[in-house]
Amino acid sequence: MSILVIAEHNNSSLNAATLNAVAAAQAIGGDIDILVAGSGCGAAAEAAAKVGGIRKVLVADNAAYAHQLAENVAPLIAEVGKGYGHILATATSAGKNVLPRAAALLDVQPISDISGIVSADTFQRPIYAGNVIATVQSTDAIKVVTVRGTAFDAAADNGGSATIEAVGAAHDAGVSSFVGEALAKSDRPELTAAKIVVSGGRGMQNGENFQMLYKLADKLGAAVGASRAAVDAGFVPNDMQVGQTGKIVAPDLYIAVGISGAIQHLAGMKDSKVIVAINKDEEAPIFQVADYGLVADLFEAVPELESSI
Amino acid sequence: MKILVAVKRVVDYNVKVRAKPDGSAVDLANVKMAINPFCEIAVEEAVRLKEKGIATEIVVVSIGTQQAQEQIRTALALGADRGILVQTDTELEPLAIAKCLKEICAKESPDLIILGKQAIDGDNNQTGQILAALTGYGQGTFASVVEVADGSANVTREVDGGLQTVALKLPAIVTTDLRLNEPRYASLPNIMKAKKKPLDTTTPADLGVDATPRTKLLKVEPPAERSAGVKVADVAELVAKLKNEAKVI
Repeated sequence: MSILVIAEHNNSSLNAATLNAVAAAQAIGGDIDILVAGSGCGAAAEAAAKVGGIRKVLVADNAAYAHQLAENVAPLIAEVGKGYGHILATATSAGKNVLPRAAALLDVQPISDISGIVSADTFQRPIYAGNVIATVQSTDAIKVVTVRGTAFDAAADNGGSATIEAVGAAHDAGVSSFVGEALAKSDRPELTAAKIVVSGGRGMQNGENFQMLYKLADKLGAAVGASRAAVDAGFVPNDMQVGQTGKIVAPDLYIAVGISGAIQHLAGMKDSKVIVAINKDEEAPIFQVADYGLVADLFEAVPELESSI
Repeated sequence: MKILVAVKRVVDYNVKVRAKPDGSAVDLANVKMAINPFCEIAVEEAVRLKEKGIATEIVVVSIGTQQAQEQIRTALALGADRGILVQTDTELEPLAIAKCLKEICAKESPDLIILGKQAIDGDNNQTGQILAALTGYGQGTFASVVEVADGSANVTREVDGGLQTVALKLPAIVTTDLRLNEPRYASLPNIMKAKKKPLDTTTPADLGVDATPRTKLLKVEPPAERSAGVKVADVAELVAKLKNEAKVI
């Protein structure tokens, strides 16, 4: 049985999220190939070939795949993937966008966001904002699965020497086109991969006050996240949202500042190793999951914390 | 322009659900049900497009039990024009749901189909993408801005790195993210009016859809519980604990 992992990349480099999907593939067991679909994506393919334990890297290098539009990439995944037992991607915004579309082309019911592997056809996944863990068995011939990145330690990005092969016809569905993007630029670690995350909520009161958290984060080498309330209020952009429908994080240390702890937020961070909560409301539900709770005014506690580490 | 909106009846977002002790299913006895929050955003977006004079008719569809009529009525009270219930007592998977929606699309020929990006019960985040594959339409998933003009839709999407904008030929599929809009509350007169709006009922079998499940739910169980933590008195104690006890800084 063989497994196809869909690479997440920006043509020049491989996104680390791909390594979590490779780790899940290794846990299932079998020959693992990686599909790199892009335009001018040779460098990403070479990076994929270095990943440990990969048999082949399959490259579809065509202008139609330049921005990896789901309408064009999904038929490619279905075409290349139909000879495999499993097709895996990480449950990032890119993976969630394209994989269900590819599964439908294969008449397969995909399995989203798995957090555990019971056997080659049986998986665990959180439902109801993580309040319940479901064990689900797929009866489809091909298992099409997205993988929760935080649930699988990344595979080694070196040590491999896979062969690189060109594959696939150019699929241009002609129904969509790329217009533009506004990507956040930050020198801080990527939120889902950071060892420490500092997050702010409604209690931050405004966007300017997040400067306090940025200063603290820079001292700790941390990423900065936010609750839905802070994003909805316009304090910070959407890519910082941690929660059920935002990003899932599981760092060594998660510091929740001015976050009450709605179940939808907890769903995105409760697998963190150590959780600290700073909130002036001692009844806030965040304290029920915090290892260390500090009932205090965050505007005094955060600067004090920053100056004492 | 005609818009089709799909809505799902789900457990209210404030309810903390639990697995039944025997692990067979989630305990939904006497739990408050509501329209899925992302579907509510989808309805609101359609109503705004109608208010701008871009849309002329809004058809709302739900696939579920007879009680899902309540959620269709909610959407009608928010401003949709008529409803279709695809009635079934078995819980359909996203693939089967999308197959039902595809048949509805074939009958109704909408120019734009708006769905929530995910339902907060199964957290699958699949139906819109699957429907897009089955119809061959373009997909604007996780939308935070939708602009419709001249037979195409520009959709700004919330992606991991920030925002991405794509142009989609109509007909197209849009799935909503949280920042697309803030849904209104239905007024009492509109709730009364909604009771008189047409609501047709059909079934997956009438639509010719094979809804045989592809997955088996073997077990549900509570997640690993976190052990209770401690309250610290001040920042100095917190720093000491993080350094010496947790050893994370």
